Amino acid sequence: MKRLRILAAAGVALLTLAAAAACGGDDRSTLTVYSGRSESLVGPLLERYADETGARVEVRYASTAELASTILEEGGNSPADVYFAQDAGALGALAKERRLVALPQSILDLVDARFRSDDGRWVGISARARVVAYNTNNVDPADLPASILDFTDPKWKGRIGWAPTNGSFQAFVTALRLTQGDAGARAWLEGIEANDPVAFDGNLPALVAVASGELDVAFINHYYLYQLRSETDGNVDAANYFLPGGDAGALVNVAGAGILDSADSSEEAERFIEWLLTDESQQYFASETHEYPIVDGVPAEAELVALRDIQTPAIDLSDLDDLEGTLELLRDTGVIP
Amino acid sequence: MAAITVRTRRPLDIPIALIGTSALVAAAMLLPIAYLVVRVWNAGVFWDEVTAPATRDAIVRTALLAAATTAGAIAISLPLAWLTTRTDLPFRRAWSVLLVLPLAIPSYVGAFTFIAALGPRGMLQDALEPLGVDRLPEIYGFWGAWAALTLFTFPYVMMPVRASLRGIDRSIEEAARGLGAGSLRAFARVTLPQLRPAIAAGGLLVALYTLSDFGAVSLLRFDSLTRIIYVRYTSSFDRSSAAALALLLVALTLVVVTLESATRGRARYHATSRHQPPSVVRLGHWRWPALAFCSFILTVSLLLPVSVIAYWLFRGIDAGEPVGFVREAAYNSVYASGFAAVAAAIACMPVAILAVRYPSMLSSAIEKITYSGFALPGISIALALVFFAANYAEPVYQTLPLLVFAYVVRFLPQAYGAVRASLLQVNPNTETAARGLGRGKAYVFWRVTLPQVLPGVSGGAVLVFLTVMKELPATLILSPIGFDTLATRIWSATSEGFYTRAALPALILVALSSLPMLFSVLREERRA
Repeated sequence: MKRLRILAAAGVALLTLAAAAACGGDDRSTLTVYSGRSESLVGPLLERYADETGARVEVRYASTAELASTILEEGGNSPADVYFAQDAGALGALAKERRLVALPQSILDLVDARFRSDDGRWVGISARARVVAYNTNNVDPADLPASILDFTDPKWKGRIGWAPTNGSFQAFVTALRLTQGDAGARAWLEGIEANDPVAFDGNLPALVAVASGELDVAFINHYYLYQLRSETDGNVDAANYFLPGGDAGALVNVAGAGILDSADSSEEAERFIEWLLTDESQQYFASETHEYPIVDGVPAEAELVALRDIQTPAIDLSDLDDLEGTLELLRDTGVIP
Repeated sequence: MAAITVRTRRPLDIPIALIGTSALVAAAMLLPIAYLVVRVWNAGVFWDEVTAPATRDAIVRTALLAAATTAGAIAISLPLAWLTTRTDLPFRRAWSVLLVLPLAIPSYVGAFTFIAALGPRGMLQDALEPLGVDRLPEIYGFWGAWAALTLFTFPYVMMPVRASLRGIDRSIEEAARGLGAGSLRAFARVTLPQLRPAIAAGGLLVALYTLSDFGAVSLLRFDSLTRIIYVRYTSSFDRSSAAALALLLVALTLVVVTLESATRGRARYHATSRHQPPSVVRLGHWRWPALAFCSFILTVSLLLPVSVIAYWLFRGIDAGEPVGFVREAAYNSVYASGFAAVAAAIACMPVAILAVRYPSMLSSAIEKITYSGFALPGISIALALVFFAANYAEPVYQTLPLLVFAYVVRFLPQAYGAVRASLLQVNPNTETAARGLGRGKAYVFWRVTLPQVLPGVSGGAVLVFLTVMKELPATLILSPIGFDTLATRIWSATSEGFYTRAALPALILVALSSLPMLFSVLREERRA
C-alpha cells in the first residue's frame, strides 16, 4: 500500500513539474533566436549576449533551410524573433515571403552594401568563402583546376566529398545557377554525381574525411579548416584552395540575420542584431570562428587570404533567394533524396 | 497482436466514465495520423509522391533492408538460442545473459562505434597501417546498415525463441526420434514449427525497428524512408512531400504487421500437462566452433561498441573535453522519459480494465487502436504533431507535453501489454467480494485491484522509460528549444564526427539501459 502511495505521489509530482515547465517562466522579455548556425560556432557568443544584457535568450539550433521552413510552417504563430542564417539565400527567401521586416537604417549602415539585402530586410553578420579543401599528402595543389566546373573531369572520380544538405552548399548552387544558368548548374551537378562523390551531413565531417585521406577534395567553407585544427592540436593534413577562376566555387557569402514579422519585441531583436555588429562580436567571428568580420575596422585573421583578393563571382547576394528552385534542382538530379 | 479473451458474458453495466476515458485515449492515439492524412490529402501530393520513381526505389530499398535485417537476426538467433538452452555449451548461463545486452545499445550508438572502429580510415585501419593497409573496404550503405541493425536487434528474436525452446515438451521431439528421424530432422520437422510464433513475434520487432530506425541508417549513409523524410523535412520549403512519405512509411509498417499475423496463422501448440524438461545435447568437439560463433557475435555486438565508447571517452577526458553539459542532458532524458512512462501507464489503465473486465466489440476496437502506436514510426508521429500544433495547438507547440504526448502514442503498446497481462491475473472474485462489502467501484479499484497489478504496471512503465531514453527522430523534431537529451547530444556530436563528445552521453545511455535489462535477464535465468 505504501508503495502505491509513493508511486501515486511521484506521478502527481511529475505531472505538476511538467505543467510548471510548460507554462514556465517570468516576465522578463525573452529573445527567441532560430539559429541555422551551429551551436559549436555561435553558442558561446549568444551566451555572452545573455550575460551582458541580462536578456533571456532561447536558441533553436537546426539547419538553415529547416528553420526557414519551420518559420513558414509556423506562420504568425512563430515563436522566433530573430532568424540567424548560415547564408544570404535563405534570408532572401524569407524576405521574399515577406516574413522579415525592414531593419533600421542605423543597423544597415554598419555593413558594406554588398553584404546586406537591397530592401534592408536582412543584414550580413560575418563573411565566409567557398573553397576546395584538399589533402596535402595526396594532392599537388598544382593539379587543382582553376574552376569548380572542372571537377566533373573523370580523374576526380571517387575523390570528392560534399555536403549537399548544407545551406552554404545550396547557396553555392544557387550562385552556380545565376552564373551558368539552370542547365549549366544541372550539368555540373550531374557531372559531379557521375564522379561518385561522398555526401556528408555537414562540412566538418567532409573535411575530416579529406584530412584523413579517405577523400582527396571537398567543397566546403574556408573556416572549417581552422576549426578542425583547433580540435586536433593543429596537425591537419588538409589545406584550403581558393579557386582563382572567379566562378561560384569561390563565392563569398554571408551569415546574416533578420527580424521576423511575428517578433514579440522588435526592439529587443534590433538590440541583439546591433550587438552582433559591435567590434567585440565581430572580433569573436574573426578569432573564434575564423570568418571574415564585415564591420569596418575589425581585421580578419592574418593568415586568411584577404577578402579583396578572393576572385568571387559578380553576384548580388540578394539574388540568391531562389532557394526553393535550388532544392528542386538538387532533388531532381538525385543529389539530395 | 492482441488476442481477445472471451469470457462469460456479464451484464452490461460498463461504467460510462470508463468508456469515456478509454475512448479518449484511443482518440488521442489516432490524432497524429488522422492529421497527417488530412494534411497530405489537402496538399494533394500523395499520389504524385508515391508514384515517383525515386519514392518507389526508396520503398524497395527500405523493404529490402527490413527483410534482410530480419533474416539476419533470425539466422543469428536460432543457433544462439539453441546453443544456450539445449546444449552443454561451456558458460551457458553467461552467454545467455551477455547476448541479450546488445539490445541496450541504441542502433545509432552502435553505428557510430562501427564507423569509428571499422570505417575506411578508422581505428582498425590505424592498427593495420604498419601492415601496409591504407584503406578498409567501405562500410557505408546497405551492408553497413544491415550489419549494424542486425547486430543490435537480434536479441528481439533470440529471447522469445529461447523461452519457446525451454517450454517445448521434449516428449514430442523424442517421439519423432523414436520414429526414426535424426536429431537435425527432428529439429527441423518438429521443433522448428513450434518455434514459428516466437520467431514471427521477434522478427516483427526487428522489422519494425528497422523500418523506423533513423539514426543508424543516417550515420551509415543509407537512404531509407526515415532518412529521406528527415532530409525532406529539414531541407525543403514545402513539407507536404515529407508528410506524404511519412504516411507511406506508416502504410509500409502496417503491411509488415499484417504479414506477421498471417505468418503466425492459427497454429497453436500445446505442451502436455506433465512438462518434461528437454534433454541436453552434448556438443563434443562441436563446442569449439559453437564457442567461436558465440564469441564472434558477442565481440561485434557488445565488446566492440563498448570498447570504442570507452576509448573515445578516455581520449576525450585526456583532451579536456568538457563533461558538464552531460548532467543536464541526462537529467532531461530521465525527466522526459519518466514523465512519458508514468503517462503511458496511466493512459493504458482504463483501456486494459475495459478490455479485460468488459469484453465487447467496442472494447476490442478501442484496444486495437491502442496498439496502433506500435505501427507508427516516430518520425511520422513527430511530423504530424508539428503540423498540428504549429497550426491548431500553438500553446503546446515546442513544449515538453507535446513531446511526451508523442512518446506516449508511440510506446503505449509496450506498457499496455504488461498492464493487460497483470490485470488478467487478478481474480475478479476479489473485486466482486469487495463490492459485496458495500465498497464503491473507485474504492475497490484503488484498494483491491491496483495493488495487485502494480508490479506489472511498473514493469511496463520501466519498458517505456528505457525505450523513450533511446528514441531519436521524434525527440529531434519535437523537443522544446534548448531541451537537449542524451539522445540528441549523441546525435548532434556523431553526425558532426565529434566522437569524443558523444562518448560520455553514449556510455550513460548504454549503462542506464543495460542495468535493468541485466537485472531482469538474471532473474529469468535463475527461474529457468
